[in-house]
Amino acid sequence: MDVTVTINGQEHTYDVEPRTLLVHYIREHAGLTGTNIGCDTSSCGACSIHLEGEAVKSCTLLAAQADGLEVRTIEGMAAEDGTLHPMQQAFMENHGLQCGYCTPGMVMAATSLLDENANPTEEEVRIGLEGNLCRCTGYHNIVKSVLAAANA
Amino acid sequence: MTVIDDMEASTESIAAGNGVLGQRMLRKEDPALLTGEAVFTNDMKVPGALHLAVLRSPYAHAKILSVDVSGALAMPGVLHAYSGADLADSWAAPMPCAWPVTDDMKNPAHYPLAVSKATYVGDGVACVLATSDAAARDAIEAIDVEYEPLPAVIDLEDALSDNVVIHDELGTNASYTWPLVIEETEGDCQKAMDESAYVVKERYVQQRLIPMAMEPRAVVAMPQPFGGDMTLYSSTQVPHILKVMTALTLGIPEQQMRVVCPAVGGGFGSKLNVYAEELLCVQLAQTLKVPVRWNEERGENTQATIHGRAQIQDIELAADEQGKITGMRVRLIGDMGAYLQLVTPGVPLLGAFLYGGVYEIPKAFDFSCTSVFTTMTPTDAYRGAGRPEATYAIEHAMDALARKMDIDPLELRRRNFIPKEAFPYEAYTGLTYDSGDHDKAATVAENILGYADLRAKQAAQNTPDAKKRLGIGVSTYFEMCGLAPSRVLASLNYSAGGWESATVRVLPTSKIQVVTGTAPHGQGHETAWSMIAADKFGVDPADVDVLHSDTAIAPLGLDTYGSRSLPVGGVAIGMACDKVIEKARKIAAHQMEANEEDLEFAGGMFTVKGSPDKEMPLAAIAFEAFTAHDLPDDLEPNLEVQVTYDPPNFSWPFGTHMCVVEIDVETGETDVLEYVAVDDCGNKVNPLIVDGQVHGGVVQGLAQALYEEAAYDSDGNLQSSSLAEYLVPAASDVPSITTGESITPSPTNPLGVKGVGEAGTIGAAPCIMNAVVDALSGLGVQDIQMPASPLKVWTAIQEAQA
Repeated sequence: MDVTVTINGQEHTYDVEPRTLLVHYIREHAGLTGTNIGCDTSSCGACSIHLEGEAVKSCTLLAAQADGLEVRTIEGMAAEDGTLHPMQQAFMENHGLQCGYCTPGMVMAATSLLDENANPTEEEVRIGLEGNLCRCTGYHNIVKSVLAAANA
Repeated sequence: MTVIDDMEASTESIAAGNGVLGQRMLRKEDPALLTGEAVFTNDMKVPGALHLAVLRSPYAHAKILSVDVSGALAMPGVLHAYSGADLADSWAAPMPCAWPVTDDMKNPAHYPLAVSKATYVGDGVACVLATSDAAARDAIEAIDVEYEPLPAVIDLEDALSDNVVIHDELGTNASYTWPLVIEETEGDCQKAMDESAYVVKERYVQQRLIPMAMEPRAVVAMPQPFGGDMTLYSSTQVPHILKVMTALTLGIPEQQMRVVCPAVGGGFGSKLNVYAEELLCVQLAQTLKVPVRWNEERGENTQATIHGRAQIQDIELAADEQGKITGMRVRLIGDMGAYLQLVTPGVPLLGAFLYGGVYEIPKAFDFSCTSVFTTMTPTDAYRGAGRPEATYAIEHAMDALARKMDIDPLELRRRNFIPKEAFPYEAYTGLTYDSGDHDKAATVAENILGYADLRAKQAAQNTPDAKKRLGIGVSTYFEMCGLAPSRVLASLNYSAGGWESATVRVLPTSKIQVVTGTAPHGQGHETAWSMIAADKFGVDPADVDVLHSDTAIAPLGLDTYGSRSLPVGGVAIGMACDKVIEKARKIAAHQMEANEEDLEFAGGMFTVKGSPDKEMPLAAIAFEAFTAHDLPDDLEPNLEVQVTYDPPNFSWPFGTHMCVVEIDVETGETDVLEYVAVDDCGNKVNPLIVDGQVHGGVVQGLAQALYEEAAYDSDGNLQSSSLAEYLVPAASDVPSITTGESITPSPTNPLGVKGVGEAGTIGAAPCIMNAVVDALSGLGVQDIQMPASPLKVWTAIQEAQA
């Protein structure tokens, strides 16, 4: 079946199997591999993207469910001239990443969190990110990064 | 939950040339990782690649009576399908175990696919190659395997009884027994147990853990167009070891193997191995002359990638009237799982030397480890590998001793600390601890936490009917890392050395390349190694490029594990820089017609003492070395030096962790309110990275204490085979962490550094569990085994109150 998704402002149309997950559409058909896959139970959040402006785990949706919709991935976060998004910049400045595998999903979830709550407390950040797992940082610097981005 | 601490620790800098070391420099690695540009193995676009899928045994223990792959071959997109028997002649040697700890260690032959018997759930029994990952995974469902199920062997003591022998050819489930008895006179340990004022006898269970790096494993084997060369891309910590082992296992001439690690998404020991899927991909790519790739799903990762810990520890600790330790006896049973992977049998040995903790221990030490096969996923090194287990045992036993003596656990520790003046200190084991200041680390932690005030608060809060009880946890540790002096590894029967290699070259345009044998997967080596070279040469770290993780570019190396990268690999880089500078000095002296001894080098410039007008920048020397038009007679062109550094000692990081927990006695839930980590890893190259390593390490230790367990049912099925069931903590499950500063340089190496990758994990589990028991001991709870889940805590309270 043909599925059309606008990813980072660019329209994509691919003929995919109906069972294709949105994350596989993004990675394998659109070729945008910044969105990572860390589990098969929608537990880790590594595949988080923005669908119509809200963070979702792209492994929980079929590509067909995103037909005609707008998706933003980590590749669409920095400005065209390479200037990092304030959230990306905050992660860099606060050492909010180590191996970087959870990072794209974490950045997408964190920006969505701030869209909903511009000035979260530390506890609100921790609860807001509980759908995204990180094994390297112990979350300390991720939380710090998000709080810094909120204050930027 | 405490508020994120914005106060940064002071950046005590290493006394060094150019002031780069000790700075909180932001990481070079980050932009690519933050924008999605970084390429992980599974991101590689490989036209024409066939996708491998592995059919795994659903039985923990079963004879394989027949395998019929014809159904798979009939599926769309499937080109090949193989049983274990089909590939049995493909292997030049079994999969490697590089650590035969005793001469009589039993090690069953282990091949990438099982042939006659499956010995754990997840054991590969057949495989398929198809044109897509989905087609390959669909097709393995169509393979028909006839099994004859046999009883699972899950319990370690049951395994030792040999009621059911897993590997028939061995005749027993016991792999080896490795003793370490250190006594002045035979019987000293028993004498201490018989005659000391206090003896505590404890049993601790180190539950099985799943390392759970966020990136599952992935492999691409790519035959090169001409000449039979093979490139293996793998999400591994050990490209160099993998290259050697792949060559040996598959009979490929080593010079034809190249291993490359693209971006690697965490390891924690789980990627310190040689795995069946790597060998299958290379072997099939070699045979079929097409690229073959495999990516691991999380559900496979929990069963086909190694597990960690999994030991039963019996510890007896004897002490005199004052609490001074007089002797110790330790008996371990180590769960090897179904097979020995790369360093499986060595893990308990890495802990054997650390049961003495940070204390003065007499030569009355009796240790023995018996390791046993079970029908579960093989175990191997997981963050800390042996040292967290040992530290847990001594630190948790010290708390038991303090309770028995009715004294403060911190005071008991202080009575036993090796004093600062005693370093370098030859321990009861014969190993020499390089440096330490335990009282300082403990005092820093004590002051940050406000230990005395908290004890008062605890006394007030923990009334018999309190709904929420406070617990204060203390742990101290010494750990041996920076594996290691090659001769020491030889004495432990380890098959490889412990050196590390570095090549430093100054290019004609004066940019610097550092080639390292370390293989980072989140540790920030590109940043830290640039800082070491930049500091030596007096240049901007941006002008230093670090090359790594490709055996064609960095042919010599022993990779990244055991907190070895900085104290071995980083030190090698510093030494190579020094040698390049010495060569540059000769050229500068020649060109400026001065004596070498009269030259000074700082800020990237050679100057002549007493002649301020004479100077020559490194950039000019680099170009002279390149053109070779006017070099001293005996000097080769170019500025490039390779150094291989074999450390004379382990590095011995140490520290004190303290925490406060609050336990809801009605629900059994434990909330960690505060966590303070004082980890002394000697001089810090980049404190930002050091703190990050400590934060992540602490949370992995905390996770062992409170959340994680690879639980099996009696039939040998893993009950926690996904991230929905295996409780890797989320941000909302853990506190922020306060790191305190203590810097005691190592005298072993010129940078004065020690490793820090595992320290946080080593300190954290006993710290948390000591706090949990501390909260509940007033209710009569003696101990709780990890993980201290709400159910276990609640049950322990009910039983104690009954």
